[in-house]
Amino acid sequence: MISVKHLKKTFGELEVLKDINVEIKQKEVVVVIGPSGSGKSTFLRCLNLIESITEGTVEIDGKVLTDKKVDINKLRAEVGMVFQQFNLFPHKTVLQNITLPMITVRKWNKKDAEKKAMELLAKVGLEDKAGAYPDSLSGGQKQRVAIARALGMEPKVMLFDEPTSALDPEMVGEVLEVMKQLAEEGMTMVVVTHEMGFAREVGDRVIFMDQGYVVEENDPKSIFQNPQHERTQAFLSKVL
Amino acid sequence: MDFRFDIIAEYMPFFLEGMLLTIVMSVVGVLVGCVLGFFIALGKMSKHAIIRIPFVWYINFLRGTPLLVQLFLFHYAVLPTVLGDTTAVTSVLVTLSLNSSAYVAEIFRAGLQSIDKGQAEAAHSLGMNKFQVMRYVLLPQAFKRSIPPLGNEFIVLLKDSSLGAMIAAPELLYWGRAAAGQYYRVWEPYLTVAVAYLILTLSLTYLLNYLERRFDVK
Repeated sequence: MISVKHLKKTFGELEVLKDINVEIKQKEVVVVIGPSGSGKSTFLRCLNLIESITEGTVEIDGKVLTDKKVDINKLRAEVGMVFQQFNLFPHKTVLQNITLPMITVRKWNKKDAEKKAMELLAKVGLEDKAGAYPDSLSGGQKQRVAIARALGMEPKVMLFDEPTSALDPEMVGEVLEVMKQLAEEGMTMVVVTHEMGFAREVGDRVIFMDQGYVVEENDPKSIFQNPQHERTQAFLSKVL
Repeated sequence: MDFRFDIIAEYMPFFLEGMLLTIVMSVVGVLVGCVLGFFIALGKMSKHAIIRIPFVWYINFLRGTPLLVQLFLFHYAVLPTVLGDTTAVTSVLVTLSLNSSAYVAEIFRAGLQSIDKGQAEAAHSLGMNKFQVMRYVLLPQAFKRSIPPLGNEFIVLLKDSSLGAMIAAPELLYWGRAAAGQYYRVWEPYLTVAVAYLILTLSLTYLLNYLERRFDVK
């Protein structure tokens, strides 16, 4: 589904991703962990070209992202992304937030888009907030709307960039619950998170990144109980 | 000191006519300024220096030289050369429009750049193209934020349109000068003109406050 080969990313002099090689299969839930500044968010943002790629290739569903012939907007529509800061559109209602990309990108008519959007809102438990503006929602509700908005495009992959890091502790659970449900439905997911409980429970594979490299990857049980690499051990001893 | 209200009464129809022209010139100036300013703002934000630099200097020139100098330049030099002939009103309209376009461009640019980067990122991540991101996500938010400074620009432009009197465009101050010249009186005409401008700017202030509240409702 996703194939990353020798991915490098530099910001000026700063080399954030040094040589990333990752394969992600369909329906797999991959959790990326690591200390801050390890490049995990940048890695995720390279997967839909929100961040440009300095070197190497990223292939999604058989298409190379940097290939000039690939319509990047079309490809992005297939890759949903959920951000730490939600990034809902404040001038649109909850319903309009979800229907806007369906109507403009997928060219659905308004009625079908609204019907689908209401189904998605029901799925994340927010159908009563359809007419509300994002400002009036709690952080957990905003993030659930953001997930519904991404799902509206019927993506093949969902990327989560620290989706619970900006939330008050009591709201983390409701967002993780929605993500867990998505995983159970067979969505291919790449999740950057500090929620080790989620990684252990929902993840099929955990990737540990540090200083721009993938240091270790394994199934959750192995990596949490028996980390091989020194840096993984040091990191896990701090967060667990 | 005697105050000759009869002069004001006699000139009242002219003052009203002048006020109307003042309003028309500043409304046209700000509207044309908004349309031009939008494109100039986009031009100035271009990634390519070759596109950006002309717009940067367009703005530098119009914001960095006095409006009166621009008015003389357009009325006596540029427009006669380009159009062969010009009227005072035409020159004021052109000068005000171009001048306000430079200020409006900076207002729009500031408005667009004040929108959080996450907005464009989210929109792009959903597959929207550059035009759609601009049209549906960035512009509506930027426009709302631009309303207060645009209102200020409108008020400044309305007052600056009085410079039109220097090239005999028959706006408000022009008729004040005419009355002063005819009767050798300064208090009555200039005080009347000042009060008339104050009425215009205060009305505009109230109207803009109302609009700001309206748009805040979303």
